[in-house]
Amino acid sequence: MLNENLKLNSNVFEPSKLEQIPTRDGFGHGLVDAGQADQKVVALCADLAESTRAHWFREKFPERYVELGVAEQNLATVASGMASYGKIPFIMSYATFSPGRSNEQVRTTIAINDVPVKIVGCHAGLSVGPDGATHQALEDIALMRVLPNMTVIVPSDAEEAYKATLAIAKSGKPAYIRLGRDKAPVFMTKETPFEIGKAQILYKSKNPQVVIVACGALVHNSLLAAHELEKEGLGTAVVNMATIKPFDKSILPFIKEIGALVSAEEHQVAGGLGSAFSEEMAKFFPVPQEFIGVHDRYGQTGNTKELFAEYGLDTQHIKLAVKKVFKRKNGAR
Amino acid sequence: MNNLTPQKEKELMLKANDIRQSIVDMLEDAGSGHTAGPLGMTDIFTAFYFHILNHDPKHPDWSERDRLILSNGHIVPVRYATMAHAGYFPLEELKTLRKFKSRLQGHPEREKLPGLETTSGPLGSGLSQAAGIAYAARMDGKKFKVYCCMSDGEMQAGNIWEAAMFAGANKLSNLIGVIDRNNIQINGMTENVMPVEPLADKWRAFGWHVLEIDGHNMEAIVDAVSEAHAIFEKPVMIIAHTIPGKGIKEIEYDFEWHGKPPTKEEEQKFLKELRTMRGQIEDSHSE
Repeated sequence: MLNENLKLNSNVFEPSKLEQIPTRDGFGHGLVDAGQADQKVVALCADLAESTRAHWFREKFPERYVELGVAEQNLATVASGMASYGKIPFIMSYATFSPGRSNEQVRTTIAINDVPVKIVGCHAGLSVGPDGATHQALEDIALMRVLPNMTVIVPSDAEEAYKATLAIAKSGKPAYIRLGRDKAPVFMTKETPFEIGKAQILYKSKNPQVVIVACGALVHNSLLAAHELEKEGLGTAVVNMATIKPFDKSILPFIKEIGALVSAEEHQVAGGLGSAFSEEMAKFFPVPQEFIGVHDRYGQTGNTKELFAEYGLDTQHIKLAVKKVFKRKNGAR
Repeated sequence: MNNLTPQKEKELMLKANDIRQSIVDMLEDAGSGHTAGPLGMTDIFTAFYFHILNHDPKHPDWSERDRLILSNGHIVPVRYATMAHAGYFPLEELKTLRKFKSRLQGHPEREKLPGLETTSGPLGSGLSQAAGIAYAARMDGKKFKVYCCMSDGEMQAGNIWEAAMFAGANKLSNLIGVIDRNNIQINGMTENVMPVEPLADKWRAFGWHVLEIDGHNMEAIVDAVSEAHAIFEKPVMIIAHTIPGKGIKEIEYDFEWHGKPPTKEEEQKFLKELRTMRGQIEDSHSE
């Protein structure tokens, strides 16, 4: 059953009836509105204005748009300087380059420095598709999650990306927001709440046996899996973990109570959302866990559907993982 | 900023001597750290904090202050010592350099000590932070200047040239760089490790106005900054030729002193030499 308080789109289980919008679009609109709300917001981009949707901000506020060219180390460090002066810089590139290439600059000049630069990592995950492994960031959550002072957010649809963008603009802290290139179903509504650091139980069967925690594109896939599993007689709950850091520990007793966990992310299983959960659950109350994600491989060229099937991120694989962890919970090996 | 009078120049030279003594003292106390670079940059830091910068040691966050960014964070003992002498914090605190819980971290951290402006150490990223401040300040019509001290070994880092391109393209005339051209780095002489020459030509090619000075001549330092203030269509790079370990004859020019502190015996010997130098400064300018 859907959590009514979250006002999700009533067609959530019928993807053909949902609007298909990439999360980067939600971000792009959010950035314009954040810029409208606060003159201190500036946009810096490394030669990818259109694909990161920074061009909408550039059209509206050309005097607050700064072009860096193909120079991601400079992107991070110029932004650090602007932030230490008092601006709120958003820096736009692909996640493989920023915070990938600029990792040390992000660590020293943004995170240790503790200045409010907002790192916008676009085209993250396998869903960049045809661009292939070089452009498919699968380690960016891990890189950002280990930095003290850093907030890490992975929105699950364009609506959430919009709200997350406005929220980090006001947070006063360094932040990383991870976005996808591909169109994705918009299953949240304008009324769906968003708060940095707050896990949301989106869905709960009457008698849940397994909790699925997910972020990004895999949240909707998890909802579809949960819906099908319920029809098949296996109850689950689905948690949207849009904020990976700071980690919302208040969700842990819920997982303890249900006693089995599947984590789902478009990222390496090492160091990402699933790792964050196993670290916390190990300290709190260990439960059996299955990891949906990329298992120590690089991506490759293909479309999202092909790649999600190949790497085990689609609804069918999530269902299999739920069934497997359910058996483990009940003593099977 | 006024021109230097002979009296002021003498004051600055004496102040630099005091600061060199503090550097030797604090490095011996710390038991680790870099000696050559801080001593080589002492005259420049003294000129900045005691003559060039528009700043207020009692209000380090004053919004209209000039910004001095230290990109090569490993020479931070010279900054700490100069700031203490300028009144940012008590001189006694210099003894805490590199000690547990100290505000004087081994490499500077902005969040730890007011007045540091940025966190640095990993080389190559200070100039772009300075450029970011200069760009943002110009957006807001601010009049203050942004200075950035760098090392010459740092010229081997790619991020520097990204910043050079950005500042040149945007004609950031409120940005003034200072390169500590002391020719040494950890593995030896810069031109043997990875040549950075022709350095002035490189900066000119990136759209900068370039000046070359003797980094131990107070008048030259102040004149160069004055000239930089008069250039208003380009950022300015001051290549300051300095002697690593300046002031202590036996360590001058020696790259082995890049990354080690003096022992107790060396400290006493070095301090004696610096006190002798102090007397010479007093005599030579007393006519």
